[in-house]
Amino acid sequence: MRDERLLFDDLSFHLHAGELLQLEGPNGAGKTSLLRLLAGLLPFSEGELFWQGQNINTCRDNFYQSMLFIGHLAGIKAELSPLENLHWFAALEGIKDEALLDKALSQVGLAGYEDQPCHQLSAGQKRRVALARLTITQRSVWLLDEPFTALDKTAVASVENLLIKHSQAGGAVILTSHHALEELPGLKKLTLGEVT
Amino acid sequence: MNQINNEKPAAFCRLTPEAVNSSSLIGVFVAALKREWQLQVRRKGDLINPLVFFALVVVLFPLGVSPTAEILAPVAPGVLWVAALLAVLMSLDALFRPDLQDGSLEQLLVCGYSVAPLSLAKVLVHWLLSCVPLVLLAPLLGIMLYLPWQAQGVLMLSLLLGSLALSLVGAIGAALTTGLGKSGVLMTLLVLPFYMPVLIFGTGAMQAAINGHTALAHLALLAALALVALALSPWAIAAALRIAVSGE
Repeated sequence: MRDERLLFDDLSFHLHAGELLQLEGPNGAGKTSLLRLLAGLLPFSEGELFWQGQNINTCRDNFYQSMLFIGHLAGIKAELSPLENLHWFAALEGIKDEALLDKALSQVGLAGYEDQPCHQLSAGQKRRVALARLTITQRSVWLLDEPFTALDKTAVASVENLLIKHSQAGGAVILTSHHALEELPGLKKLTLGEVT
Repeated sequence: MNQINNEKPAAFCRLTPEAVNSSSLIGVFVAALKREWQLQVRRKGDLINPLVFFALVVVLFPLGVSPTAEILAPVAPGVLWVAALLAVLMSLDALFRPDLQDGSLEQLLVCGYSVAPLSLAKVLVHWLLSCVPLVLLAPLLGIMLYLPWQAQGVLMLSLLLGSLALSLVGAIGAALTTGLGKSGVLMTLLVLPFYMPVLIFGTGAMQAAINGHTALAHLALLAALALVALALSPWAIAAALRIAVSGE
């Protein structure tokens, strides 16, 4: 339920380690709401959510420590440089490896922009700062809301590749996207907003 | 798969950090302090605004009333305190709004750590950068209002303790109204009743010092208010932020 509108009912799914799940549906179908609900940012009016067999309410901290959520707004501070932004996200995971952060930024194509404030970067470059997080994170469940927005073709392919590697390493990904992700192995789809 | 790999030689690969300490809350708290410091230092306008407001009110007041010592000296504690209180209130309005707008607030809620200490870091840095300069400016403005010398120390100390309480309580209001867009008036209405005790004890301390009594009792009460706010308000802020984000 969102603002008195019923978004979904009778919705049930499992996500196992090594799986990719793409949420599909027209605009307003509730893809983002479902993702925010899974991330614990929206309260749900009915239903239950289980994490590793336990009700989420009993193991929320454990879940948050294994989960990485990147929303439509990625939480990149415009006043800070990409490196400073990444520092914070690394600190949340206890990563204290300076060289690693430099490497992460240069491989997402931000070499030379490390120390510029983010408000001088383009939308795609800001998105890349958020994606640099994906390359360093040790968390296993990724919830990504439109991760491909504003990215160019090669970057989209790179991210797809990253998702594959993550799932092959035993991680799980739920993403919303309008991109066709046919080639990804192990991809499951969940279509919202269908009349059943 | 192979085709994808051939298309782009510069594929993102997963990096494995050499040093992963299990991140402690203290470490994250320190990182949050550092990040907030970097952020707020770069918003120079937001830092200067309350100072200018504070100075302008105190400078304009004698022009509107009378520049003589007989009239200004008795009202000096009240004018200084009211101006400082409103300056603090003004500075708090936009405390959490930028975070909501760029998604940092969501990240804060899902980061896996208790939200209360991390939002406390934000308020503390704000207090350090916005309120402490106010405290340092106050004696100068006190001289302009013929505030007796023996009250200057008490002015600074009472403002230092009082502004901490004001910042912490005001941050609850700011957090509650974060999701409402322009919310200055509502926040003021919410928070102002809780500001009254601080104002009363703050000016009380100065009156006591001016009359040659000890201001210790008033200052102790101010310190108590600040400590209670320090202990309780982070939890209220965290709860309020959760509401603001779920309303998005």
